[in-house]
Amino acid sequence: MAIFLNADSKVIVQGMTGSEGKKHTQRMLASGTTIVGGVTPGKGGQKVEFEGGVSVPVFGSVAEAVEATSADVSVIFVPAKFAKAAVVEAVDAKIPLAVVITEGIAVKDTAEFFTYAQQAGTTRIIGPNCPGLISPGKSNAGIIPANIAEAGRVGLVSKSGTLTYQMMYELREFGFSTAIGIGGDPIIGTTHIDALEAFQADHETDAIVMIGEIGGDAEERAADYIKDHVTKPVVGYVAGFTAPEGKTMGHAGAIVSGSSGTAAAKKEALEAAGVKVGKTPSETAGLMKEIMQGLAK
Amino acid sequence: MDLFEYQARDVFEAHGVPVLAGAVAKTVDEAVAAAETIGADSGGVVVVKAQVKTGGRGKAGGVKVAKTPDEVRTHAEAILGMDIKGHTVHQVMIAQGAQIAEEYYFSVLLDRANRSYLAMCSKEGGVEIEQLAVERPEALARIEVDPLVGIDEAKATEIAQAAGFGDDLLPQLVDTFGKLWDVYREEDATLVEVNPLVKTQDGTIIALDGKVTLDDNAGFRHPDHAALEDQASADPLEAAAKEKGLNYVKLDGSVGIIGNGAGLVMSTLDVVAYAGEDVAGQPKPANFLDIGGGASAEVMANGLHIILGDEQVKSVFVNVFGGITACDAVANGIVGALNALGDQATKPLVVRLDGNNVEEGRLILAEAAHPLVSIEQTMDGAARKAAELASAAN
Repeated sequence: MAIFLNADSKVIVQGMTGSEGKKHTQRMLASGTTIVGGVTPGKGGQKVEFEGGVSVPVFGSVAEAVEATSADVSVIFVPAKFAKAAVVEAVDAKIPLAVVITEGIAVKDTAEFFTYAQQAGTTRIIGPNCPGLISPGKSNAGIIPANIAEAGRVGLVSKSGTLTYQMMYELREFGFSTAIGIGGDPIIGTTHIDALEAFQADHETDAIVMIGEIGGDAEERAADYIKDHVTKPVVGYVAGFTAPEGKTMGHAGAIVSGSSGTAAAKKEALEAAGVKVGKTPSETAGLMKEIMQGLAK
Repeated sequence: MDLFEYQARDVFEAHGVPVLAGAVAKTVDEAVAAAETIGADSGGVVVVKAQVKTGGRGKAGGVKVAKTPDEVRTHAEAILGMDIKGHTVHQVMIAQGAQIAEEYYFSVLLDRANRSYLAMCSKEGGVEIEQLAVERPEALARIEVDPLVGIDEAKATEIAQAAGFGDDLLPQLVDTFGKLWDVYREEDATLVEVNPLVKTQDGTIIALDGKVTLDDNAGFRHPDHAALEDQASADPLEAAAKEKGLNYVKLDGSVGIIGNGAGLVMSTLDVVAYAGEDVAGQPKPANFLDIGGGASAEVMANGLHIILGDEQVKSVFVNVFGGITACDAVANGIVGALNALGDQATKPLVVRLDGNNVEEGRLILAEAAHPLVSIEQTMDGAARKAAELASAAN
């Protein structure tokens, strides 16, 4: 089953004709994703040829693409200043899942397109500023390298792209049902809680790794959720214990403000909810290894 | 980016928010000259206010009322150069004096938890609002603001009434809240706070102080925002990194850090700090530097250049996970960067590579056999080695 993304997902790529869009469409195709079209305003009717003899049609709008292909996932690579219009278009076309890879989107634009999608009720947004998600062996919507780990029964949700890759690498012997990068911006469409809920319900997921970082209180809220709703084992990791107050650490949302948003508070909340929290990525992977080996017995 | 109070005042004024006259001064003479103009309408009474991006200025003696030019001079002399919570006062604002009857509070901000906006308002302003929120939460109205609707007349009325204001002040408050919303939306702010919002003795509402945070990602819509940056207090290394388009934060340790991806770099800082606890001198990370997913030779060289320019740095830890970029490309980047830097590269480098083409990457580094470079297999092992090297260099 996996979560949010499956073998029968039909994916379109908004911004496929740009350099990033093209590069990652090639990679998604190579990892077995069913890509049914690209969307670039003004370029409808063209085709883009990819290695392996695959030819992908370009549509002028998301609505046209959906009409022609019944696409149900859109991966968005358009530049930050045009991202809001691209997401609004995807919502208007009632695409069930929009994965916003673009980094550096103004938070007002995200607040507006997220509210727009909520009110429409048709579209789940993942991101922005995220690597997307992969259900290994089934489909790959975004930029997560497909060759790190194969299909398995661990679920992974993370604010950070490279920590997602690192953790997939450390746990590659077990494999993943789905690994999802939800993004490091102050406002994101899919939260830790959304992913935890889906993993809890997913019959192909046995245990969950949750990676957080400084800023906001999403991890604390996730801890509360775990306490009441998650029965599968959860292992956690939080980055940014040494981050100084008031400095943005790379991700727009990664900032300790006064005494709120600290890594220590997040770790404490997760541990209080019964989550085992590793001090380093390797220690966290070690905790998950013990759990998976225990489940295998 | 946080604005200084005088910049917030200027932005408020540009959007029609009621404010008092104010001007910024960098020297005592400038302050006296500004007071002459500003104080003309208030019987010569002005307030000399330290311009620092932190709270608690009043308690620290950074806000003083002056009734004569001599008093302006005395206060400006005392306040300029003062240290307030680690911030040196480089500028003062000369503000017109006001006859305050009551102090209120208003703010609109990003609400991360609800992925929306939040307006907060209280009749009890002029105090630490975090303290009020804890001690008397009922005195602080919190009203959600729909990002697609904003603070229109109905919402502004709802906010004022929720805070307990009567009909007498409503028209002025509704107008002021609407204009503060214009500041929030039109300037791409993530925080607009007025504390205190005052009623003067003649019943006029005025924003007496202002705190504004602007979204750095919205610069493309606001070319004018670049001029608001505080270059005087910027760290020189941070400024140099910014010019190169690098995501760099200066910290106070001796182990330089380069990595790819914000999360991995934050994690690297932590792992280095833990490793440092076990060696002499307890070395700590010297910086945060994220060179992004594609770690090209040029970006690597720029990054190394910045880090080696930090005199506190004794060793450097390069921590890369080859996800999108393969490790052999990263290794070539490191070798290329060291060649380009030549004699400028003087500190030991510990490199940990993992992920795509890791064997090829390690081989490239091994063959280059640069005397400063050592290769470690794991992140924890590399952190320990870098901490030891920094400790030994002391």
